[in-house]
Amino acid sequence: MIEAILSYEFLQNAFAAGLIIGVIAPLLGVFIVVRRLSLIADALSHVTLAGIAGSLYLSQSVASLALLNPLFLGIAASVAGSVLIERLRSLYKHYEELAIPIILSAGIGFGAIFISLAEGFSNDLFGYLFGSVSAVSREDLLIVAAIAVVVLAFIYFFFKELFVLSFDDEYARASGLPAKWIHFIFMIVTALVIAGSMRIVGILLVSSLMTIPVATAMRVTKSFKQTIILSIVFGEISVITGLVTAFYFDLAPGGTIVVTSIFLLLLVIAYKKIMVSLKKGAIA
Amino acid sequence: MVAPLIDIKDISFEYEQTKALDNISMKVEEGDFLAILGPNGSGKSTLLKIMLGLMKPSKGKIELFGIDAKNFKNREWIGYVSQKSNSFNSGFPATVEEVVAGGLAKKTGLFHRLPKSAHQEVAEALEAVGMQDFMGRSVSELSGGQQQRIFIARALVAKPKILILDEPTVGVDHQNVQAFYDMLASLNRDKNITLVLVTHDVDTVTDRITHVACLNQTIHFHGFKEQLHTMSDEQREAWYGHSVRKIHHIGGSHA
Repeated sequence: MIEAILSYEFLQNAFAAGLIIGVIAPLLGVFIVVRRLSLIADALSHVTLAGIAGSLYLSQSVASLALLNPLFLGIAASVAGSVLIERLRSLYKHYEELAIPIILSAGIGFGAIFISLAEGFSNDLFGYLFGSVSAVSREDLLIVAAIAVVVLAFIYFFFKELFVLSFDDEYARASGLPAKWIHFIFMIVTALVIAGSMRIVGILLVSSLMTIPVATAMRVTKSFKQTIILSIVFGEISVITGLVTAFYFDLAPGGTIVVTSIFLLLLVIAYKKIMVSLKKGAIA
Repeated sequence: MVAPLIDIKDISFEYEQTKALDNISMKVEEGDFLAILGPNGSGKSTLLKIMLGLMKPSKGKIELFGIDAKNFKNREWIGYVSQKSNSFNSGFPATVEEVVAGGLAKKTGLFHRLPKSAHQEVAEALEAVGMQDFMGRSVSELSGGQQQRIFIARALVAKPKILILDEPTVGVDHQNVQAFYDMLASLNRDKNITLVLVTHDVDTVTDRITHVACLNQTIHFHGFKEQLHTMSDEQREAWYGHSVRKIHHIGGSHA
């Protein structure tokens, strides 16, 4: 495997991008999960689909856009989707969750129109939906790396504010933190991570890499920092195992990564149950 | 002359068409332990939220430490403890230390990491609420009363001059309510922290407070608790909307 990675650039790209995503998706995912925004990640990934499909259609029909990397329009759609979700959430103050199905179905709706307008990119589309080991270009890798720099800088500089906001947003606002702005930037950064992760995990499964490793970590951690570290560990195990399996068995990496993370989750749930019953047995 | 810590000047507030507060004026001076009392829907929590800048009044203005609330920057001088059930996600994976250190976020400032002294400051705040042995515990494992003490420690860690509490004993079991108010009284007495409290625990809190405000859209009484008995029966009825029993205690009275 290592020999293959050293020999083929596409594998280097896929593994490097995978390792980066394995850090940033669960890292941001911890904040998404504790803030109960998991479904927003799903809505944004479907909006990204509209951007990608739109870009693929444009590159077919407009000659000057033939070489346009679909990731750019995917990122733009995802960021626009995050802004729209916020607008809808403030418009429907008492039904904030309505924003999710509205944006999600808008994403699929536009995506379906662009897919049916353009013909002959079903192979490309399969890669975008479920991830691909072979489709990550050097340019894609650079975009993912740039997104990672933005995410890490954001978390590093705003960690304490994000923590307070996640734990208790009313307290954050009462104590004079710029909660509104931090939330707004958080949503844009989330949109960037979703668009960036999509090349490896695929649009339909991207939110799972942000939530399942976190759900797994939360079963066994006590502190917030532990949860972050363990989520990243579970994320990386899922990405590496998933990519290797996908390469050897010629499978979609999105599927293998997500199934690995589910397997880890089940393993940790079983471990926790055994530990609890052992403790009970020791007490009795 | 020292400016009042909070000076509410003729404020009103409406929820859509419904009037919640009508021409409220009152001052909170340094050292006060003020309980805001009133029936459900009387505007108590709304008044607190306006004091905290979470809501804007439709009329009137508020001064904090002598400065117009719109221009007031030292929010860390005001500690806030909300109703636990309102905003806290009880399954949150965090230790007591992490939660209390969150109280230093504003004071530390944007783009700065928490200082090295944060650990010691958290330990001191936990000691003030009698929770020094819980530093490494997960916050979700604690009882309702213990969690509320943690939230008070979070408010105290930034060394506020005033603490605003919105029904802090919701979710605290009855046996611990007395001890909880004793702790608040000692913060007021020994650490000279001004306290503003919205509560329904009239019986428990009366012995510990210095001032009372009776609110029901408008202020029906505001003064030393010892003067509360000067309220006429008509005033009491107007305040609570129906006849309320007047119970006399040695050294004070309350409704």
